[in-house]
Amino acid sequence: MSLVSIRDVRKSYGAQEVLKGVSLDVGRGDVVAIIGRSGSGKSTLLRCINGLETYQAGAITVDGMAVGDGKTDLRTLRRHVGMVFQQFNLFPHLTAGENIMLAPTVVVKEQKGEARAMAEALLEKVGLAGKFDSYPSQLSGGQQQRVAIARSLAMRPTVLLCDEITSALDPELVNEVLKVVEQLASEGMTLILVTHEMRFAREVGTKLVFMHQGRVHEEGPPKALFANPATPELAQFVGHQN
Amino acid sequence: MSDFSFWIILQNLLLATRWTILLSLIAFVSGGFVGLLLLLARVSHSKTLRVLSIGYIELFQGTPLLMQLFLFFFGVALFDIEVSPWVAAWLALTFWTSAFLAEIWRGCVESIPKGQWEASESLALTYWEQMRYVILPQALKIAVAPTVGFSVQVVKGTALASIIGFVELTKAGTMLNNVTFQPFLVYSLVALIYFALCFPLSWYSKRLEGRLNVAR
Amino acid sequence: MIQQLNFGDLLPYWDVFARGLVFTIVLTLTSTVAGLALGTAGAWARTFGPKWAGAVTRVYVEIIRNTPFIVQLFFIFFGLPALGVKLSEDVAAFIAMVINLGAYSTEIIRAGIEAVPKGHLEAGASLAMSRWEIFRHIVLKPALMKVYPALSSQIVIVMLGSAVVSQISAEDLTYAANYIQSRNFRAFEVYIVAAFLYLLLAIGLRALLRGIGRAMFPKG
Ligand SMILES: Nc1ncnc2c1ncn2[C@@H]1O[C@H](COP(=O)(O)OP(=O)(O)O)[C@@H](O)[C@H]1O
Ligand SMILES: [Mg+2]
Repeated sequence: MSLVSIRDVRKSYGAQEVLKGVSLDVGRGDVVAIIGRSGSGKSTLLRCINGLETYQAGAITVDGMAVGDGKTDLRTLRRHVGMVFQQFNLFPHLTAGENIMLAPTVVVKEQKGEARAMAEALLEKVGLAGKFDSYPSQLSGGQQQRVAIARSLAMRPTVLLCDEITSALDPELVNEVLKVVEQLASEGMTLILVTHEMRFAREVGTKLVFMHQGRVHEEGPPKALFANPATPELAQFVGHQN
Repeated sequence: MSDFSFWIILQNLLLATRWTILLSLIAFVSGGFVGLLLLLARVSHSKTLRVLSIGYIELFQGTPLLMQLFLFFFGVALFDIEVSPWVAAWLALTFWTSAFLAEIWRGCVESIPKGQWEASESLALTYWEQMRYVILPQALKIAVAPTVGFSVQVVKGTALASIIGFVELTKAGTMLNNVTFQPFLVYSLVALIYFALCFPLSWYSKRLEGRLNVAR
Repeated sequence: MIQQLNFGDLLPYWDVFARGLVFTIVLTLTSTVAGLALGTAGAWARTFGPKWAGAVTRVYVEIIRNTPFIVQLFFIFFGLPALGVKLSEDVAAFIAMVINLGAYSTEIIRAGIEAVPKGHLEAGASLAMSRWEIFRHIVLKPALMKVYPALSSQIVIVMLGSAVVSQISAEDLTYAANYIQSRNFRAFEVYIVAAFLYLLLAIGLRALLRGIGRAMFPKG
């Protein structure tokens, strides 16, 4: 049984149907890279998985918990599903360390001392040991995004959603963030990432999903798909990108 | 009996409301005029004018309107001139209003991007020409909403004129209360009438503000 | 012909001034704390609270902002006893001040809350935080920080407005001035001194608020 199962999900904003029946299975330890044109529904799909958006038809389950059926408590779900955003969304009034400690202390009611030790360990893991007391405004974009990743990890999620987490970064800062994600992948973390980094999708992904006009247009092993796109749309998309 | 006095009370309050409206209008217009002079002094190149206008604004924004009313009421009397509450209220509200409006308008002038000054300066306009033809017309547009908003404060400010004996809405309320002994009814009606005067202004100010934000 | 000013006649009354000054300071400080608490609650109701609470708050804010403080004060002190709620001058003054500042600060703080980027709320939600936790830990502080200057100005305005509580015989600085001038008939001099004391209070209060702001929001 897959960890994340998405069955024929449909989602509309008003009259505009944004997801037109999306199905997708993600197994434990999978690294799923979602690619596709802007507006194809990638973010919407991701946001449906942790309940930031509601959908009108279909079903999503994460680790056996149904999402958006009105019965599963979203807070319970979100303790298992982490999310990292394009715009980092660090809390500006808290230091890097406090950003990481916030949810463990407030939501999980962990002891301050424990949470602090974990925050320090996580900062070290993302290569930011010593930045505990820095405020977000004192960090570079790449550093902020790594803190945001650490913040998500502090809740020990079973799956981590990443929505174009390097798109707001200056080119020279992209790699430091991708390296952290790559390390997570190698440790067996289940990842679903929307990305424009084709090389990364090919090297690190275990599954590639190409979204087009609100549908999963093509999916499969990244290397095979990049080498032999079955549809002209994907061919054009990867050709265009490369 | 109680029905009878209700209509009497309301009628008298509404009659007194005329004075609230008149005092508000006059104070707002004269305050706006003085405020404009004050604004020009505040943004002028002359340091003396700037310092004087800052002092003026600080003084009238840093003391209670009630004190200003008392000072005009009792201060003019020092010159052996008999001063009516009406004149004292008008003077005090004018000075008080001008200080606040000048400060509001200065904010509007300063929110005009620096590039506008630089562009008009490179067209060889003098400082006052830049002000007159480029900056003020733009600032005016931004200033309408907060100015209308402040008019609410002026209407409410006129209520203090009751304390020096000017018979407007609030004073009429107090007098009616003293004869009818129905404070709850009287002050509810007084509040309601003020609300009827002020709420449309507040609402209009908010709407103007909203429209400006959409336009930009 | 201008009359001679004489401030000497005020000296015997310095203690009256002092008592009035202390009253005004205490009234301002206590009602500021309570008023800001009320304003925070109101702003919460308008943004994060249930619909009905937001609607009630909205009515409250509009009523207070569109009626004069003196009428609110008279209503509370003279009008409420008709309903069986009898308050002393001091308590009535305090309540009127709190209700007044509460309404203005509701609007100010609400603006600050609405300026918090939506992404921060979503980040909080994604960390499994409840709406209350998001408000409490993510929204409130940045919102207060953003509107702190506007709040400070409003607090000074409310302090100056407190002069009106003398009209229900609460013994504040203005009450002291009224009392003294009724004794020594030096109205102009007395009110000059009182106005000057208010000016000092306004300057002092602004400095105090700046200091508190710096301590509370070290980065702001
Ligand atoms: N909150 C929203 N309200 C209305 N339309 C939206 C909203 N969010 C996204 N959309 C629309 O849904 C479509 C898919 O958006 P999105 O999922 O963000 O695409 P992607 O992430 O692939 O660029 C777009 O056409 C976008 O305009
Ligand atoms: Mg997107």
